[in-house]
Amino acid sequence: MPQRMLPEPTPETKHFWDGCAEGELRLQRCAACGGKSYFPPRPFCPGCGSREVEIYKASGKAVLYSYVINMRPRPDMGTEPYAIAVVQLDEGPRMMTNIVNCPQTPEALQLDMKLKVSFSKQSDAITLPFFEPA
Amino acid sequence: MKQKSIAVVGAAETTKMGKIPDVSVIGLHADAALNALKDAGLKPTDIDGVACAGLSPVELAHYLGITPTYADGTAVGGCSFMLHLRHAAAAINEGLCKTVLITHGESGRSRVGAGGFGRASSSLMGQFEMPFGPAGPPTMFTIPVLRYLKTYNLTVEDLAWVSVIQREWAAKNPRASFKDPITVDDVLNSPMIAWPFRMLMCCLVTDGGGALILTSADRAKDFPQKPVYVLGTGESVETPMVSQMEDFTSSKAFRVSGKKAFGEAGITHGDVDHLMIYDAFAHLPLYGLEDLGFCKPGEAAAFIRERNTAIGGKLPLNTNGGGLSYMHSGMYGMYALQESVRQMRGIAPAQVPGAKISVCHGVGGMFAASGTIIFSNEAP
Repeated sequence: MPQRMLPEPTPETKHFWDGCAEGELRLQRCAACGGKSYFPPRPFCPGCGSREVEIYKASGKAVLYSYVINMRPRPDMGTEPYAIAVVQLDEGPRMMTNIVNCPQTPEALQLDMKLKVSFSKQSDAITLPFFEPA
Repeated sequence: MKQKSIAVVGAAETTKMGKIPDVSVIGLHADAALNALKDAGLKPTDIDGVACAGLSPVELAHYLGITPTYADGTAVGGCSFMLHLRHAAAAINEGLCKTVLITHGESGRSRVGAGGFGRASSSLMGQFEMPFGPAGPPTMFTIPVLRYLKTYNLTVEDLAWVSVIQREWAAKNPRASFKDPITVDDVLNSPMIAWPFRMLMCCLVTDGGGALILTSADRAKDFPQKPVYVLGTGESVETPMVSQMEDFTSSKAFRVSGKKAFGEAGITHGDVDHLMIYDAFAHLPLYGLEDLGFCKPGEAAAFIRERNTAIGGKLPLNTNGGGLSYMHSGMYGMYALQESVRQMRGIAPAQVPGAKISVCHGVGGMFAASGTIIFSNEAP
């Protein structure tokens, strides 16, 4: 199986991928407009444009928001159907991920089920944030 | 823009449609362009504005021997042509040019002279979506749908009805790729592509193209074809990542674009005789009907099931058969525009009798962008 397609971090996103490698899910929030969390990473608040933002460690708790189960696996993803999911983090933002330690079936994957982050090292540089039933 | 200040005076699709292994992408652009020029009674040298997506307007202009004073390379996916039309209307009104040619050509099936599909691994999509296994639009455009179905207590059968009723329209269109009738059971028993989407809920993959020619309404009356006037236009963009849509049950880009177009046109929903909603997948007409304001949130599925959008219904929708049954080369917006123009000229294979106003609504990317054009066939 070919190497899984992996992200190439940029200066603006490096803290997120460094966090994953260290076992932390890092989000950002704005100090200027009420502390609202946002994702994906960027060095300013998408709500108000302020550069006064901070990086913090998120709880890693989420619920399953929506998904599809891909029946025609991408070559780098193996041979079995897999869910491509969007989870809603307790802190507010949503992110795409995979659900692990769970059958990849509509019966097992119920919307709004509770999840927690589960890190998976892919290479020396990259660890991906997956989620599993909490 | 000012209502009815601009008109479509040339419109055509590629000579062939469906599987065209002997023509490259730029060849499809040129074939559609030459057909539209013939339709308008013009030569390439009569054109002073060009617009296209998937190909650079530089390539298009040079290939056809055009020296433009206006070029638009807006490329926001399948609704790019709605945006081209909108920008061309503004450009003509501002005096940047007089006659604009908008082209589309795509070797979606045969891949002759076509580029690849992909994003840099350093892009936001490359970093925060691609590592989790998306394999093209059927696994991305579809991601919000389980949330939509749960929110409104709907089922996959509601999606299947969209495909069934559009196939009824396709049966009346000799150029449609698929014309044989299908049932809800046929849809629900077709191969699973990406749960909950089955093959017959997904668009075709074909080759083809189309072109439009626009000029000012003042000049339009001197052309051989019945002018189709632009009554209102809208556009917007939301996010390059479907996972970051603000609301999984509604498209912000649809709402903004639609509202702008209806506002410019000065019409109400009851004035609309004919509607096109870009249907790359079966859920898009549901989102479109609701986000454009034809139905309340969650009510579009029942509206379709009750045959309001079918032949003989009060709001004929996707009368060419749509991307689900007519054709879909990758950027379907051009074909939706072509069908609106045919309906306004009164020459569509499944002509809506007496239609005077047509709304044509497009999507780009995976709910990334939107464009809406409202046409009228009544002179200003």
